[in-house]
Amino acid sequence: MKNTEVLVIGGGPAGLSAAAEAASYGAHVVIVDSDLRLGGQLIKQTHKFFGSAFERAGTRGFVISDILLDELKGYGDRVETYSNCTALGYYKDDGVVNCMEGEENYFKVLPKKILVATGAQERLIPFPNNDLPGVYGAGAVQTLMNVYGVVPGKRVLMVGAGNIGLIVSYQLLQAGVEVAAIVEAMPRIGGYWVHAAKVRRLGVPILLEHSIKEALGKDVVEGAIIQQISPGCGFIGEEIHVDCDVICMAVGLNPTCELLWQAGCEMKYVPQLCGHVALRDRSMRTSNPNVWVAGDAAGIEEASSAMVEGRIAGLSMAYDLGYAKEEEYLEKLDIYWERLNALRNGETGIKIREGIAQVLTDDFGGNKR
Amino acid sequence: MELIREHPVLEFRHGRLVRFTFEGKEMEGFEGEPIAMALHANGIKVYRETPEMKRPRGFFCAIGKCSSCFMVVDGVPNVRTCITPLKEGMRIEVQRGKGKIKLNHEGDLK
Repeated sequence: MKNTEVLVIGGGPAGLSAAAEAASYGAHVVIVDSDLRLGGQLIKQTHKFFGSAFERAGTRGFVISDILLDELKGYGDRVETYSNCTALGYYKDDGVVNCMEGEENYFKVLPKKILVATGAQERLIPFPNNDLPGVYGAGAVQTLMNVYGVVPGKRVLMVGAGNIGLIVSYQLLQAGVEVAAIVEAMPRIGGYWVHAAKVRRLGVPILLEHSIKEALGKDVVEGAIIQQISPGCGFIGEEIHVDCDVICMAVGLNPTCELLWQAGCEMKYVPQLCGHVALRDRSMRTSNPNVWVAGDAAGIEEASSAMVEGRIAGLSMAYDLGYAKEEEYLEKLDIYWERLNALRNGETGIKIREGIAQVLTDDFGGNKR
Repeated sequence: MELIREHPVLEFRHGRLVRFTFEGKEMEGFEGEPIAMALHANGIKVYRETPEMKRPRGFFCAIGKCSSCFMVVDGVPNVRTCITPLKEGMRIEVQRGKGKIKLNHEGDLK
């Protein structure tokens, strides 16, 4: 059994930020992450971030990850990290988290406070042969080429023209891989115009109101059939055969929320946040007084806001443990919320603001104002 | 291996080159990198055969969440190969069906 003041589950932008914040006040933190390296999805992001200077706009994602890890190193023994270590279960009655290092070595952690920063998982849409090897999540394609330098394939069909679909298409081109087309079921491009313009300039067609009808191939993907879709979502027009060996799915993400269910947190299905998420107060505390949530696990958004939510959760856990003074805590909480509101400002933030409004509750004990 | 040789932003620092076997066939990959990535670099995309429909499966999420890339590694089934590091001499096999967990003693796992 391992004892700690704070257990951070998930070492992505939210988890690392929370760990740094909590440790900066003196809390002992254990971070567990199922991947081989810490940093979550940041390590795959080769593009420069938008957002605000506080969240390092203009810096590439993988560099932000290094900056956060350097910050954690500064706290020495106060922060313990375990990579390739998966949190398997939360035992609500005694507050124990069961973890697995690798595939077979189990150990227990008894933390005083827990942050669930487990991120998200890739969505898949139904079509014949969608289980064929070669149908990969967009994050998986990024892992292959941006983290491990492996060529994902010769020719890729991208499904989805949101920011992820557009950015990964551009990254494929950077890696020397051909992108046959981007299909998008909606009548408009979901991602930022700058990303769309970049791939269009490089000759990749973006076919709106088009979707994948079927993946072709026996043992692996050998092609795809795409077709126009009507506003009622039926296939119309002629079938188009696409020559490709990878079908990259960028059709959205779901929050990874199993541990929150296990912890008995009050949950709600919020379409704007892309799935079931935990109710939380301004300090990112859930209805379980020892469990906090931050980042994509709290609702699909993006890495900049995940980092701020992580800071808030870390601050709040430190305060709850008696490390931060009330006045300082409340002041800093306001500053972080100003930053969050700035990131969620404007037209692009409408969906998130609507989603957050459905799950933000007055007080679970963390916000004494 | 099918590796990215030139990239405008990234520099890939691979670890030591090690040998492993896939279905008895000798291959090379980088130590410490996920098994699934090493296989993909060797042109291998089929990692598993589903228990009932006998459908081929490769990886899907590559972050250890979807169970699509389960394989038998050194005799251990259901290994998430997308987040299990490659080691020298590993014996990697396609997992057919659910895989069998080895029991050394009665009631004792492994």
